[in-house]
Amino acid sequence: MASLKIWLIRLRPIIAALLGLSLGIGITALAGESPAHVVAVLVKSALGSPYDLGMTLFYTTPLVFTGLSVAMAFQCGLFNIGAEGQLAMGALWAAVLGIVMPGLPGFVAPVFAVLACILGGAAWGAIPGWLRAKRGSHEVINTIMMNFVSAGVCSYVTLYVFRNTEGQNPETLPIAAAYQLSQFSSFGGAPVSWALILAVLVWAGCIVFLRKTRLGFQLMSVGENESAAEASGISSPKMRILAMAIAGGLAGLVGVGEVLGNAHKFKMGFSADFGFIGIAVALLARGRPEGVLPSAFLFGALHKGTADLDFETTHVTRELALILQALVILSVSADGLWDWMNRIGVKKRTGKAAS
Amino acid sequence: MNLDSLLDFSSAVLRGMTPILFAALGGYLSERSGVINIALEGMMLIGSFFGVLAALSFHGSGAPWMGFLAAGVAGGIFAALYGLFVIRYRANQIVAGTAMNLLAAGLTPFFCKIVFDSTGNTPSLPLEDRFQYFPMFLSFGLAFGLHWMSRQTPMGLWISFAGENPAALATAGIRVNRLRTWAVIASGVLAGWGGASLSICLSSSFSRNMTAGRGFMALAALIFGKWRPLPAMGACLFFAISDTVQMRLQGVPVFGGQPIPVEFIQMIPYVATMLILAGWVGQSRAPKSLGLPFHQG
Repeated sequence: MASLKIWLIRLRPIIAALLGLSLGIGITALAGESPAHVVAVLVKSALGSPYDLGMTLFYTTPLVFTGLSVAMAFQCGLFNIGAEGQLAMGALWAAVLGIVMPGLPGFVAPVFAVLACILGGAAWGAIPGWLRAKRGSHEVINTIMMNFVSAGVCSYVTLYVFRNTEGQNPETLPIAAAYQLSQFSSFGGAPVSWALILAVLVWAGCIVFLRKTRLGFQLMSVGENESAAEASGISSPKMRILAMAIAGGLAGLVGVGEVLGNAHKFKMGFSADFGFIGIAVALLARGRPEGVLPSAFLFGALHKGTADLDFETTHVTRELALILQALVILSVSADGLWDWMNRIGVKKRTGKAAS
Repeated sequence: MNLDSLLDFSSAVLRGMTPILFAALGGYLSERSGVINIALEGMMLIGSFFGVLAALSFHGSGAPWMGFLAAGVAGGIFAALYGLFVIRYRANQIVAGTAMNLLAAGLTPFFCKIVFDSTGNTPSLPLEDRFQYFPMFLSFGLAFGLHWMSRQTPMGLWISFAGENPAALATAGIRVNRLRTWAVIASGVLAGWGGASLSICLSSSFSRNMTAGRGFMALAALIFGKWRPLPAMGACLFFAISDTVQMRLQGVPVFGGQPIPVEFIQMIPYVATMLILAGWVGQSRAPKSLGLPFHQG
């Protein structure tokens, strides 16, 4: 019995996510749409053709990075609500590098640009980490504020410093050809680039770092029990700054898929709330990096799937994605919803003892 | 600057601060009672949509009043859902707050599409169905009212105890979680009014994501105002001034014909909040039990 209960607890996020998804799809009936039809559109639009699958993978890539970003901070007991600002800074730094140094040879240019993404995000993430560690101000508020400051900085650099006057939208000049990543041809033109492979490697790297290295262990122990960590000589301020820098760097890597692999420039507002959906991705993975990959794929598929609702249904639009994401987060995060499960467990045990 | 333009400027500032003041006061109630509220943004968005919806349906017969009423009710219901998850089901308040913001951003276009067959905008309200100054005066009155409440009434004391030391409050026979639930619902009503003052007072329709971060700015004002109503009102005034200056300077050529980058003025509220929270400029301290669920024994 005990093992069954443990399994139920492990599967809880998945059961909860399914509950949230079905509730969200159920409310499309309110709009006069058949939920079964909505599901069919979602599945077909997310996985129906090589192009659709490619787009799903294209959206999965940034969500792996932001999901890891939130999860790694969480492992150190920190909430990173700032992935949205950090990913924009990473993308901006990469774009600026690609504009300012067009002469870099083709084999080092992308490497430098990836480093720029990491550094841009890490610098932005380290600030709230430092503020938390040294000044005690809460990282949640600071990361929210930094999101707005980041938007301002990006807007300034895009509109006043490197503006592309030929484009219709606010965007920077294009990056040099040497920086651009080639796209895989097997996805019918979907912009799937090496960024996807990088995302998988980084995912594996995060797990190894956290579970197999000394530094990763120290970081986790601060998240588990700060005073115990301090007692064994681990500096919790240092770990907090490090964790937020790592979180920022991971979010910054979103720039690789977008700037180097897709747009080849920095476009204002390119991120469709990837930083915030990253919270959902990490939550569904129970705050651990291991589950981020499948969880990001699910949310990527949702993002792509709902995009086709605009023209495949008459009453439901792509905004359904936001509703579904919100309901998944709510149902996964509500611990109290599961009290009944514990109660059943207790009843069974006490029942046995009585008989 | 002559008198006319000064009057014009002040009126723009005072009207502009109304939505964030409502939301900041809502945030005050919820956060003082111990519940983090980053869902203010979503509550405002819900209020701005349902305010317009009701005002449009009651065209000519007290439309703005009905709009305001509906915005408060809708904001309150939305907040009750948030309260249910974070107080009853003990969901993490930051996570659930983020989810509520996403939910509002998704639900408003969803309903807008059902009712008006457009995800972008509602139709415009005629001038006679809109408010001119009422929300502004109401928000100012509420700020003073909440200040009085916090100092002079048992309710004010209970709310701050729920945020500082809920166990002590429970010992005194007050149901902490019930009190918190009502504080959160009240914060939704106020944030809903903030949204409605945006859609039926400052403009004439609802448009997609029209709050554009004002809920977070209200949160910033609350923190900048040290989690107290009157200083928060001062913070809203300060933020509204910087916002109005920023809007008036947009595209204005100075410095040898170059327009001023207004982005740096836009950042002021957020940077100022970070500075005050870090204790470099003044100091702002959060309620002690902010964000901690209370288990009623």
